[in-house]
Amino acid sequence: MLILHCPYCGVDADETELHAGGEAHVKRYGPGSSDAEFESYLFVRENPKGVHFERWRHANGCGKWFHAARCTSTLEVFGTYSAQTTEPPQEIKDKISAKRPGWSWREFA
Amino acid sequence: MSTRLAKGGRFLDKGKPVTFTFNGKRLKGYEGDTLASALLANGQVMVGRSFKYHRPRGIVASGAEEPNALMNHGAGGTFEPNQRATTTELYDGLQAGSQNHWPNLEFDVGAINAGFSRFLTAGFYYKMFIHPRPLWKHVYEPFIRQSAGLGKAPKEQDADTYEHFNVNVDVLVIGGGIAGLQAALAAGKSGAKVLVIEQTAHWGGRAMVDEPLAEGRIGGAPVDKFVEETRAALEKMPNVSMRLRLMGAGVYDHGYVLGYERLTDHAPTAAGPRHRLWRIRAKRIVTATGAIERPLSFAGNDVPGVMLASAVRDYVVNFGVSVGDRVVVVTNNDSAYLTAIAMKKAGLEVPCILDARPEGGGALMQAAQDLGIPVETGKAIAKVKGTRRVTGVAICVQAGEGAVLKEIACDAVAMSGGWSPVVHLWSHCGGKLTWDTGHAHFRPDVDNPPRDDAGEAFVIPVGTANGAMHIALALEDAEMSGRAAAKAAGHKPKPVATPDVTSPQEAAMEPVWLMPQGAPYELRMKAWLDFQNDVKVSDVQLAAQEGFESVEHAKRYTTLGMATDQGKLSNINGLAILSDALGQPIPQTGTTTFRPPYTPISMGAIAGEARGAVFQPIRRTPMQAWHDAHGADWEPVGHWRRPYAYPRSSESVHDAVMREVKNTRQALGLLDASTLGKIIVKGPDAGRFLDMMYTNMMSTLKVGKCRYGLMCSENGFLTDDGVVARIDEDTWLCHTTSGGADSVHGHMEEWLQTEWWDWKVYTANVTEQYAQIAVVGPNARKVLEKLGGMDVSKEALGFMEWKEGEIAGIPARAFRISFSGELSYEIAVPASQGLAFWEALMEAGAEFGAMPYGTEALHIMRAEKGFIMIGDETDGTVIPQDLGLHWALSKKKDDYLGKRAQERSHMADPTRWKLVGLETVDGAVLPDGAYAVAEGTNANGQRNVQGRVTSTYHSPTLDRGIAMGLVLHGPDRMGEVIEFPGVDGKTYKAKIVDPVFYDKDGEKQNV
Amino acid sequence: MSEPVSALGGVTWADGIAQIAEIGPQGMITLRGDFDDPEFRVAVKNAVGLDMPGQRAVQMSGENTLCWMSPDELLVLCPYGDVAAMLAALTSALAGHHALAVNVSDARAVFRVTGPYAREIMAKLTPADLAPDAFKTGMFRRTRMAQVPAAFFLRETDSFEIVCFRSVAQYMFDLLKTAAQPGSEVGYF
Repeated sequence: MLILHCPYCGVDADETELHAGGEAHVKRYGPGSSDAEFESYLFVRENPKGVHFERWRHANGCGKWFHAARCTSTLEVFGTYSAQTTEPPQEIKDKISAKRPGWSWREFA
Repeated sequence: MSTRLAKGGRFLDKGKPVTFTFNGKRLKGYEGDTLASALLANGQVMVGRSFKYHRPRGIVASGAEEPNALMNHGAGGTFEPNQRATTTELYDGLQAGSQNHWPNLEFDVGAINAGFSRFLTAGFYYKMFIHPRPLWKHVYEPFIRQSAGLGKAPKEQDADTYEHFNVNVDVLVIGGGIAGLQAALAAGKSGAKVLVIEQTAHWGGRAMVDEPLAEGRIGGAPVDKFVEETRAALEKMPNVSMRLRLMGAGVYDHGYVLGYERLTDHAPTAAGPRHRLWRIRAKRIVTATGAIERPLSFAGNDVPGVMLASAVRDYVVNFGVSVGDRVVVVTNNDSAYLTAIAMKKAGLEVPCILDARPEGGGALMQAAQDLGIPVETGKAIAKVKGTRRVTGVAICVQAGEGAVLKEIACDAVAMSGGWSPVVHLWSHCGGKLTWDTGHAHFRPDVDNPPRDDAGEAFVIPVGTANGAMHIALALEDAEMSGRAAAKAAGHKPKPVATPDVTSPQEAAMEPVWLMPQGAPYELRMKAWLDFQNDVKVSDVQLAAQEGFESVEHAKRYTTLGMATDQGKLSNINGLAILSDALGQPIPQTGTTTFRPPYTPISMGAIAGEARGAVFQPIRRTPMQAWHDAHGADWEPVGHWRRPYAYPRSSESVHDAVMREVKNTRQALGLLDASTLGKIIVKGPDAGRFLDMMYTNMMSTLKVGKCRYGLMCSENGFLTDDGVVARIDEDTWLCHTTSGGADSVHGHMEEWLQTEWWDWKVYTANVTEQYAQIAVVGPNARKVLEKLGGMDVSKEALGFMEWKEGEIAGIPARAFRISFSGELSYEIAVPASQGLAFWEALMEAGAEFGAMPYGTEALHIMRAEKGFIMIGDETDGTVIPQDLGLHWALSKKKDDYLGKRAQERSHMADPTRWKLVGLETVDGAVLPDGAYAVAEGTNANGQRNVQGRVTSTYHSPTLDRGIAMGLVLHGPDRMGEVIEFPGVDGKTYKAKIVDPVFYDKDGEKQNV
Repeated sequence: MSEPVSALGGVTWADGIAQIAEIGPQGMITLRGDFDDPEFRVAVKNAVGLDMPGQRAVQMSGENTLCWMSPDELLVLCPYGDVAAMLAALTSALAGHHALAVNVSDARAVFRVTGPYAREIMAKLTPADLAPDAFKTGMFRRTRMAQVPAAFFLRETDSFEIVCFRSVAQYMFDLLKTAAQPGSEVGYF
């Protein structure tokens, strides 16, 4: 039963208040995109054992979507941050580097 | 015979006698007894039959680890099977019954299995009942089912109530023994918010029995003084809470703990819930869960009267009960000497202590010898004499193969194979174990703890649970860890003075996994490991021999540790035998996985309040009570209950549906449409946003107009539909399906928050602000005009327009939309006046033939018009193009959700099945979900298919069966007859037709 | 014109360890906008008569209460009869601003749980931390209660006010009665 800190309302939210929304920072491809681009958008996911970036919604709470950086194998949470960004904030990346030197995830490291 | 002693029993209130029954027999005990101690006090050592061989079994333990003494309790609504007698507090009127025997406990037919035990070895069922296959279902399985199982399943609904309770604490201490109390004191004094929980009804744990016998002292005083003072100090601290009868059941990620509180099990007439499941969030969890004594494996170690040495002294000290007059003690460590001392001090006979260690024990051995108890070192039990009760033991040398030296008459055996820390809660969330050679047990590997969200250790084992087996070490460990826990939770740690402790040091124990070490097969096949599941030393050895080398495989093959006690007594002994058979050290074999709960918890506690009326939320519209009072037959739609139809007395539901359709088409029908989702979308970018959400163009909708819209997922699949109304220049009102309001609102917010966060759009879900009523039929306008208010004429409010005003004096928004093909208004009024408006419509409509109609009439009327229904025509794999809805797909827009996906080759495939109408040749109703068959068969030998039915009804308007379906090249095959085999064996023939069966030109709705 | 009726018609119950009452009809307005916009704050202050609440807080004064729902959403509680006028005031004050003010009075139900065990009853139903030092008067919490979303605050010591959706009012009432059954005092807080 995870606890994630909602960056919008400041609650350390019990998992039962949250709704999981899959991988974060997925770039949308619409009409005009190639089949490969569209496939990457719709179907290709990381599913790592280790550092991962996810989308969560504080569904039974303030209703806002946010992002969480966490380790899928130890459930360690490196931080949560606004969903209104296309990449993890530097501060979060630094935190991960301190705990998991040499990590990489998609184009981020 | 076991019996009640004249003296002793620190838990008992002898002024309060209690009467209970066991297998119908009336027996007496005292308040403070457990069911187990009271049974022993009444001479009842044998309490059940074993699972497989139906061997007589007696009470073995005094706590949660008890494998044998499982009872049926109560009757009727309070009946419950598999209750451990050792953890059942006695109360007046308790009805207990033993399990797993027929016809009775003393004489049992199933015991014949024991005669075949040579053949009922590990994996017997797998090997025996696999051939011949056909016999399994009709012969083997019924027989095994008859003979398997322990307690009986309750037949009546549980009469008790249960609840949950959520708390957040800094430090949760699990276990109220001296280590737990000391850790709590250290954490509490450091300022942490502490909760201490203890599964039994008493503080102090094992030390309260053992230290007085060992003449151990804390701070120069007896242990009970320390316990009482510490308890009192904790009680006074406002930041510390203490609860008895509350067990730590499971530890989960991020410091989540389930606690199982038994509130009225010991006082069943008390008011309130029976069990309370505590859902605890703790920053740090201190496990002070103690240790469990291990049995020794010798032939006949399951005969009633053979018990754990610790249990034997617990019964004497705590309950004033002797398990026998002559007790032989057999051990590989010093602690069992305390049992001999306790028995002797109670005036009972200890004919001999058999110490398997060649050198014997330390100070405690000396103390026992000083009391005149003979000690035989290097000796072992070759076998136990007796069947339903111990009558004696044959002794041999531990180093040998069991040659009997002599026999000793006795009526009980107290055994001790050493102590295993209770590591369950440490391990639930991934804490690793390390093998302690000195004590021959696994203890927590504190370098590999379970970790929390910050990557820090969040479980801290203390005391004997941490392998600190001496009281002085345990207290020191607890104090340090209590402080550390408070510090980790953000408090400034303050040390607590650790009192001086004097208690005899124990001599080294020596692992003894089989007694005697060279026991031949005849002895090994009578040496039990798992008492509850009837697993013997020879079974585990056979499993190893047959290649089940992994501990997890061996466990499943032999069922070792898979009973309701989850191997609390058997696991370590079993894996030691397995390791020996594999010729590898024990740590290499490892342990099986510890999973919550620590002991079985009630299903009621897990469910909590969620039963009966509050099993799940049922959503109600403002008119729900009216529907109920008018005979509604309900249909679940999401969490809503909607009227399916309103059958009148003596009318079938089907007939009611037919009547409702006809009446609506011919006169006037009223539908409670309040459940339809209503979402306001507002802002400068709202039009642009809705153009993305819907396949249609919504930005061009004129204020005052309505448009039917489709929503797709990014996969291209149709997910929702509904009418969108433009309220003003930058406000739209989107109607969704009944089940879709929350998900569509969530979907909109998701895109606004996570993709187009710079667009200026706000949404609000106002579904429940309004009661919405569909007023449908040729007389719809008449009734509204009669109620008076806004002008609802064709000129003032045309088809697909909306208008705000008042009707019958109630503020209302009227939408000229139709899902039935009739003249139709959907009127939204404030929910607080919904019922009043509905009743006004019914009353005013009486002269126009007004009747309510339900969802089935709604479905039939929309199917007659060829309108699709989300969830019928769609199933998550259907795109709008499949349904002939090209007209709703804007070609002017560059983009909308799902547009790119609909360009994928599979989506544009001309062989996708397409929507058509289906008319049975003979007028019958096609079976729902039936498939149309094509020529030939597929690779699995099944008929090829070319389509399926998505909706099917009897149309009262056309008086025949009508259906919609998706058919290969369907729209190009009008008039063709295709076949649908039904599960009833009949084949239905249906003609492919246009899906609009009724009023193709839409003349009726547009009047 | 008929009288507005709350979801359960103002039902009350006092046969357990706390008093439970459905209150209402209660005026409610959902207000969304840019909290950082000074004109928005002024508009709210003028219309409602209360300062902007901080994160997860309520402002209470007289008959009006202003609740922080999310970083861009407020909930106004006011007398039922005042809603139309307050909405009009907000709408005109916020004309030209990107904001949304909408009447949700009938979309919700409001309950009051009162008594020394009120906290414990709530803690049986929500994972939110309700320890006296963690949840105080002036705080506002959106969470779940058993299986439905809900929001609550302390109207005064030992008196919770709970807002949930109207359609689940009966569920909420039954839930509170179950949690307040006689003999179910926990004795923890």
